[in-house]
Amino acid sequence: MVLNNIENLLVKYENAETTLQEEAQLKAYFASDNVAPHLEHYRSLFQYFANTQNESYTKDVPLKTNRRSMYQWISVAAVTILMLGIMIPKVFGPTEQDIKDQELALATYNKTMEAFNLVSLGMNKGKDQLKTLALVSESIEDGRASASRLNEFNKATNKIFKN
Amino acid sequence: MFLIPELVEGSTNQKVMTQADFVSLVMPFKDKVFRLAKRLLVSREEAEDATQEILLKLWNNKQKISDYKNVEAFSMTMTKNFCLDRLKSKQAQNLKIVHSNYQEKGSSLQTQLEARDSVDWVSRIIEDLPEQQKIIIQLRDVEQYEFAEISKMLDMNETAIRVALSRARKTLREKLTNTHSYGIK
Repeated sequence: MVLNNIENLLVKYENAETTLQEEAQLKAYFASDNVAPHLEHYRSLFQYFANTQNESYTKDVPLKTNRRSMYQWISVAAVTILMLGIMIPKVFGPTEQDIKDQELALATYNKTMEAFNLVSLGMNKGKDQLKTLALVSESIEDGRASASRLNEFNKATNKIFKN
Repeated sequence: MFLIPELVEGSTNQKVMTQADFVSLVMPFKDKVFRLAKRLLVSREEAEDATQEILLKLWNNKQKISDYKNVEAFSMTMTKNFCLDRLKSKQAQNLKIVHSNYQEKGSSLQTQLEARDSVDWVSRIIEDLPEQQKIIIQLRDVEQYEFAEISKMLDMNETAIRVALSRARKTLREKLTNTHSYGIK
């Protein structure tokens, strides 16, 4: 009975009169193991249909919106501006005038320091001279002390002379 | 960079299709597009290229998509036209040096060589069908569309479709019967 039904369906199938349900029935029959030998050649046909049905498209499609690409350009522009903001002062920042001014300032500083050094050298010399002055005053003091002793001596001699 | 999501969100409010919307719209039938393209263009790479092209075309026309009643049927029609155009320009490029009689001999040689792999053989028989029959076999027997849908996709009346389908199925059965009996010999 089943076979008879299948054969009828196959005739309808070839005349393109089967419905989708009937075609599904045929597919199910030929997917099973008990296919009648004289219908064997249909098997590969329905198997093929069933197999290809599972084939799928796996590649990615690069979907891009115009808007989105515009946003991307905006972000690129923002990054560029940021980079330029960092780079420009570094590359072009100190102008030649600035460099000259800096050099001049350094030279002035050096000269001033030199002058100060000279002054301080003189000061040190003066300090040394002051030391000798102190020595002199010390010896004068000594002299005065010995002079006072001389006075004592004179007094003593005068007493002797009186006596 | 962090501005992007905000701006895109803003645009969805204005009823513009986002990538996710598009993918979920296209998902159910992208494989069908691919399989139809492969049926017509045969090579997998070419079919992939064609599918990509068609999806991109849909994406670029996404504002109009919502106006179509049936995006799937529209896409299948587009695929059919696109692939037929491709085939035409290919035929124009490759001048046929080989005589057609010679080609037939070649295919009967193939018959004997590849009769064993009968499932693979089916795809070769379908390849030999006229393009319109190929398309109809693909849409009906593989993708299981109703005749009404196919008639919309191909802009043909249902009777013409049934006639073409019947012819294609008979040709397939005849060739398969031949192959099968060769196989037994």
